[in-house]
Order: sequence, then structure tokens, then C-alpha cells
Amino acid sequence: MSIYYQKDIETMDPEKLRDLQSKRLCELVKYVYSRQHFYQSKFDEIGIKPSDIKSVDDIKKLPFTTKDDLRENYPFKLLAVSLSEVAEIHASSGTTGKPTVVAYTNNDLKLWGEVMARAIVCAGGRKGDIIHNGYGYGLFTGGLGVHYGALTGGFPVVPVSSGATKRQIMLIQDFKPRILTCTPSYSLHMAEEAKEMGVDPRELSLEIGIFGAEPWSQSMRKEIEKIWGLKALDIYGLSEIIGPGVAMECPGQDGLHIFADHFFPEVINPATGEHVKEGEDGELVITTLTKEALPLIRYRTRDIVSINYSVCPHCGRTLPRISKVKGRTDDMLIIRGVNVFPSQIEEVLLKIEGVEPHYVLEVDRIGSLDQLTVVVEVNETIFSDEVKEIERLETKIKREIESILNLRVNLRLVEPKTIERSMGKAKRIIDKRIN
Amino acid sequence: MENLIQLSVFIENRKGRLRGVTKVLKDTGIDIRALSIAETQDFGVLRLIVNNPDLAYEKLRENGFIVKKTKVLAVEVDDRPGGFDNVLEVLEKNNINIEYMYAFVEKHSDKALLVMRFDDMEKALKILLDNKINVIEAQKIYNI
Repeated sequence: MSIYYQKDIETMDPEKLRDLQSKRLCELVKYVYSRQHFYQSKFDEIGIKPSDIKSVDDIKKLPFTTKDDLRENYPFKLLAVSLSEVAEIHASSGTTGKPTVVAYTNNDLKLWGEVMARAIVCAGGRKGDIIHNGYGYGLFTGGLGVHYGALTGGFPVVPVSSGATKRQIMLIQDFKPRILTCTPSYSLHMAEEAKEMGVDPRELSLEIGIFGAEPWSQSMRKEIEKIWGLKALDIYGLSEIIGPGVAMECPGQDGLHIFADHFFPEVINPATGEHVKEGEDGELVITTLTKEALPLIRYRTRDIVSINYSVCPHCGRTLPRISKVKGRTDDMLIIRGVNVFPSQIEEVLLKIEGVEPHYVLEVDRIGSLDQLTVVVEVNETIFSDEVKEIERLETKIKREIESILNLRVNLRLVEPKTIERSMGKAKRIIDKRIN
Repeated sequence: MENLIQLSVFIENRKGRLRGVTKVLKDTGIDIRALSIAETQDFGVLRLIVNNPDLAYEKLRENGFIVKKTKVLAVEVDDRPGGFDNVLEVLEKNNINIEYMYAFVEKHSDKALLVMRFDDMEKALKILLDNKINVIEAQKIYNI
């Protein structure tokens, strides 16, 4: 059985891939210029004509697109097709103001199914494997994205969505799925519930976990793999681009293969907009080469990654690999001038043996000074009948965080299950500073 | 000699948290024999001697508390000037450190009763017994 879904594309010669991308980009600029008023005026503003773009090397000449551009054109002003050609509309959660709306034609949905099927096979899925899909169904693209991929690739899918966790455990026991798809934090929540029911998650049938929609660290991966006894793989996607299925890890766990024949990646310095070198951290920028309803040129994902163009030594895919998301340009906390990513703190907590990743970062301004407090749920490993033992461990955690961040932090231990458990994305930051 | 089991419970320094523990004990019909709280600014460690430590341990954990069982000794001390000093003298001479200790409210006899935790429990027990200091059987404590 093949480890590829579309071998010809996934192992395409890099030069041929580049030719294909160039050809598609040239068509794309013509398409957006004639169909999206937004791009027409943006191109005109900087004096760019579609004919100026001859290959992907010229992509630098094109303007960026941001999330604000999508918000300002709410709900349908950015569409490149008439509403009658739209098959499905999704909206991402808007924490401030209006949500971001994305639309798909039937061809876009076909594309989504295709890249998601590629992702499932890339993760080690074999036709006929049952998928327990614990991503939320609805406006969020996670649930339906996996669903379409399962339909396209021939994987029986259980559209269980998120929530009613105990029932989910029962269904896993009875249906015996091989693949679990949900957010990484929800997978830990499920494992906890299973244990409470007296079920050992490792005894269940799951062998592959396709986890995404929130940043998660290597240590959280180890934790999940240990608790579930499965291979935990990272999937990347965002609704503005298509949803899940933009990039996927293979079992080598050595970067996520980005489906660059459809989603052209660049990594830039978020401050200057210039390309960074291969392997350097920067903001991921994606151009959708083949979408119809809402194609986007150089979309700023705000995700911090690095990129690797070498052939994957594990699976032989030639598609470039992006690193796991290392942070978000907008989730990044700036405390006393220091950039802080929740993932850095998570790494430390997980290194201290046995500490499950239930934590939240509280930022407050005391006088004129920003204070970062790491709130951590205590567990049986940390707890001791002797206060000095607990304090010794507190100091150890604090020191390790401080040495990584180069910033003084407070640490507060709280009782188990006092930090809110999320069904979807984990809330890691409480910022009490007044803007 | 069977070890006396103390339960330690993690308690956040928040209103109602101690009550959370006592409510579970009440609902389970557990009697408290002795208790102490070691506290810091943010949290406390509640140490308990109860009549049925296994049941209390189970019920507290079921209710989401972090609980730990620790071996301690119940040491009887003459209730007269110098009674406690006599015990400490024996311990000091034999290089035994007390990690922490607290007193029972009820008495087993006309003597005072202390819960003691040492750095080396086995050695402490032997020294105490060798020096004719009374260490009370765990079962007797549970049944006071």
C-alpha cells in the first residue's frame, strides 16, 4: 500500500514543482486582478500589472494580505465569484468584532477533500481506517475539513465533533477507530476522562492521532503519545487558506509537508516583510494558487515557523517542510520588552517530570511594571507533605522558566481542575493589562 | 509495628477550600483525630490523622483533591514540666531530625500525644522504643 495519496505530486522533482507553481501563480494574478476589486486596486496602487509576474521569483513584487483586509471586507466583498457559485461558507471565531468569513466553490471543496486525504495518508492512514473525528463541526473548519478528506480518501468517518467526552470514549471502545483527529489539548482531556471511567487509553484501538488547530510543543507530543499509546502527528491549516490540510507531518515527525502545489509558502521577517533564510524563524506567508471563491495573495498567517526545502529523509516527499508552529506573531506576549510564547513555558513545565500541561499565563501591570504569573495545577508528583519540598520544586520551575525567558516570573500552584478545560482551543493567556 | 498514616492535602489559599475537605470528610463520616496546616502565601498543606485513612484518601481523591499518605509516629509525652524536653534530648543525642510535629487534642491516657515526622522514621522508632518512650499503635490512634 502506498504511503502517498498523489505520488506524482508529492514526490515531484523540485524544479518541476517550481514550474507548476509559477504557471499557477501567473494564472492566479490574472484571475484576482479581473475578479477581486480589492486586489485590482491594491495592484494599481503600487503599479503592478498581472503581466509583471512571470514566475514565483516575482512573488516579492506582490502586496501582502492581512486578517484585517478580510475583516474590512466582511462578509462577501472579497469573493472572486458570484454568491450563486459558492457552495459553503465558514467563519472563524472573532474574539474582537466580526468574524472572518471564508467561502468555497464546489471545486474548492474538492480541493479541500484532496489535500486532507493527502494529509491523512501522509500520517500513515490506510484506506478503510476508521477516523474518530473529534474536531468541532460547524463554522469552525476543523470538523468538516477532516470529514471531506475522509470522504475523498475512503476513510469511514465518525463525525462525533467535540464534547460529551465520556460518550466519545464509549464510541472509541465500540467502533475501534485507528485514527483520532482533534485538538491536542482535547486529546489530553479525553485521556483524563477515560482514566476516570477506568479505561486505559493505551488499551484502545487508536494508532494515529492527527492533532492541530492550536500550537503544541514536542513535550506535549510525548505526553500525548505516552498517555494514548499512539503516534501523535501535527496537522497545519487555517480557514483563511482552506482549513486543515495545508501541511502535515509524516510519521518521521520531522517537519510538516506543505502542499505547495496549491499553497505557496514564504517565510518572512514580520517587521520588514523580507524573506528570511532557509531554516530561520519567521512569519509564514501563503498564496493560494488554485482556489476559486476566495484566493489570497501572500496571506500573513501570523504563525512563526521555519522552512526546509530538502527532500524528507523519512518519506521521500519533495514538498517543502515547515516546522511546527513556534508561536504566533499576535499570541506573542511582550513583557518588559521580552517576547514570550506560551510554548516556551510549556516545554519547561513538561520537562519537570509528571507535570501535565495544565497552565495559564497571567499578565498584569503592577504600577508601571508588567508581571508574568505562571499558574500551574498541582499534581501528585509535585505535591509533598513537606512545604519545603513543594517550594523547592516551585523554585526549580521558576528558575528554568526565568533562564529561558530571561525574565522574572511568579509561579502560583493551584488545585487540580481549577484551570478551565477547553473543548476547542486551549486558552493559555489572561492579559489583565490595560491597553 | 504498623505505621500511623497521615493524610496531606494540597489546599489553595482561597476562601472555602479548607471547608471543601472537611465537607468530604463529614459526608463520608470520617472523624478527625489531629490536624495541622503548614502554610505559605499561596497554598497550604493540611495534615490530618483520621479514624479511617484509606477511606478518607479514596474519597478526597474522588473529589479532586491531591492527597498523599505519609508515615508518622504518635509519641506519648509525660504531661509535666520537662516531659517534652526529655523526648527531644533523646532525639538530639541520636542525631534524629524532626521534619514537623503537631499535637493531638484528645488524649490516649493522662499523657500528652504528639504526631511526629522524622527524617529517618525507622531509626527514630527504634531510638524512641530503646529509650522507653511510648509510641502508640496506629490502630489505637484510629480508635481513640
